[in-house]
Amino acid sequence: MASLKERFSFDQMKRNIVDSQVWRSMFRHGYEDTPRNRVLMVVDNLWLHLHPTKIRRHAIRIRFTWCMGGITFLLFLYLTVTGVILMFYYRPVGEYAYLDMKFLEFDAPFGMFMRNMHRWAAHAMVITVWLHMLRVFMTGSYKPPREFNWVIGVLLLTLTLLLSFTGYLLPWDQLSIWAVTVGTNMARATPLMGSEGPFAELMGVTPRFDARSALLGGTIVGPPTLLRFYVLHCIVIPLIASGLMMIHFWRIRKDGGISGPL
Amino acid sequence: MNTRLKSPEIKFPAEYEAEVQSASSFMDRRRFMNYSGWVGILGSLAISLLGFLRFMFPRVLFEPASTFKAGKPSDYAVGTVDTRFALSHRVWIIREERGFYALSAICTHLGCTPKWFANEDKFKCSCHGSGFKRSGFNFEGPAPRALDRFKIVLGEDGEMVVDRGKDFRLERGEWTKPEAYLFI
Repeated sequence: MASLKERFSFDQMKRNIVDSQVWRSMFRHGYEDTPRNRVLMVVDNLWLHLHPTKIRRHAIRIRFTWCMGGITFLLFLYLTVTGVILMFYYRPVGEYAYLDMKFLEFDAPFGMFMRNMHRWAAHAMVITVWLHMLRVFMTGSYKPPREFNWVIGVLLLTLTLLLSFTGYLLPWDQLSIWAVTVGTNMARATPLMGSEGPFAELMGVTPRFDARSALLGGTIVGPPTLLRFYVLHCIVIPLIASGLMMIHFWRIRKDGGISGPL
Repeated sequence: MNTRLKSPEIKFPAEYEAEVQSASSFMDRRRFMNYSGWVGILGSLAISLLGFLRFMFPRVLFEPASTFKAGKPSDYAVGTVDTRFALSHRVWIIREERGFYALSAICTHLGCTPKWFANEDKFKCSCHGSGFKRSGFNFEGPAPRALDRFKIVLGEDGEMVVDRGKDFRLERGEWTKPEAYLFI
C-alpha cells in the first residue's frame, strides 16, 4: 500500500493517465528521449522544422546577437496581428478614415490598446531593425558567404521604413497628410521618373504623370492616396517583406548558422 | 537547349550523324518552340506590366479645377495680400498699385502651405521655416527657389481668372511675361 504522498504525486498521476486505455488507444507508444528522436520531432513538424534541429552553443549568446533580428521578427508578427484586428473597423475612405480611427480609439473595446500596440510596435521595429543592422555590421557578419543576406537585409530595412511611411497616412489627420505631402514631394526629384528630377524633359514626365502621381493617385494628397497607401501598407509591402524574410532566415542557416565563426 | 549535342567530347554513332547535324543547325524545331514559348511568356508579362503601370494613372482626377474666378479687381484693396483663396485653391492674390499677381501658396521646399504674416510682411512655412517676401522671393529657410506665380487675366465679365495650370518661375525669368502680371 503506497503512502498518500506517493499516490497523489504528480508522477503517479501522470503514470495513471499515460497507462490508461484511453490514452494508449490514441498514442500507441511513448516518446523515447534520444538524440535521433529529438531531431525527428523537429524535422517532422511543419512549425518546428523552421528552426534548426541543432544550434551551436555560441548562437544563444545574447550579448553577441542582441537577438535583434528575432525581436524585429517578433514585432513584425505583433504588427501583423494587431494590424489585422484594426482592419475590422478601419475603412480607407476619405470620409470615414479619420472617424474610424477615432472610433477605434474611443468606442471599440480594446481598440485604443490595439491601435497603440500597432503604433509602438511599429516605432520599435524601426529602431530594432537599425540596431540589428548595426550589430551585423559591428560583428562583421556581412562578410562572405553572408554578403547576399546583407543585401536582402538592406531591402528588408527599406521595406520596414516604407511600411512605417505608408502607415503614417492612415489616421488621415493633418499631421499625416502633411507628412506624406512632404515625403512624396521628394519623389518629384527621382531621376528619369520625377517631374523635377534629372532628365525629366528627356522622358517627358509631367506632374500629372510621374513617380509622385503614381504614388498619390493624383497630383495632391487626397482620398485616392489614402486608398493607395492602405493597399501598399496592408497587402503589397507585407507580402514582399514576408517573401524576403523567408529567404533571409533560410540563408542564415545555409550560410553557416547564426553568429558562428566561419 | 541542344548545346550538349554539339559538344566535341561526345561521340555519336555514325547512323545518328544526320540528326546531330540538324540539331546543331541554327534553329531546329525544338529550339524554335523553346524560343517562341519564352517570347510568349515574357511578352505577355511585359505587356501586363505596361498595362498595370498605365492603370495606376487614372484618366479622371477628382481634384479642384485648375482655373477659378477671383472676383472683380475692385474687390481688392491696394497694397494687400489677399488670403481668401489660400485654403480652397492655395493661391494668394496680391494687389499692387499697378495691378495684380497670383502667388502659389505651395512652399517650394516640400509642398506645405506657408502662412501670410502681415505685420512682418512675409510668408512663413510652418513645416521647415522657409520664408518668402511679398513678391514670392525666398529669403530664408530651406526653400530652394521663389514661389511660383500663376497666370492671371481679366475675363470678359470683368472678373479675374487665375489658372494654376500655367505657372511662371522667377529663376526662368518668367515673372515678366504678360500673363504673369495683370496690369489695371
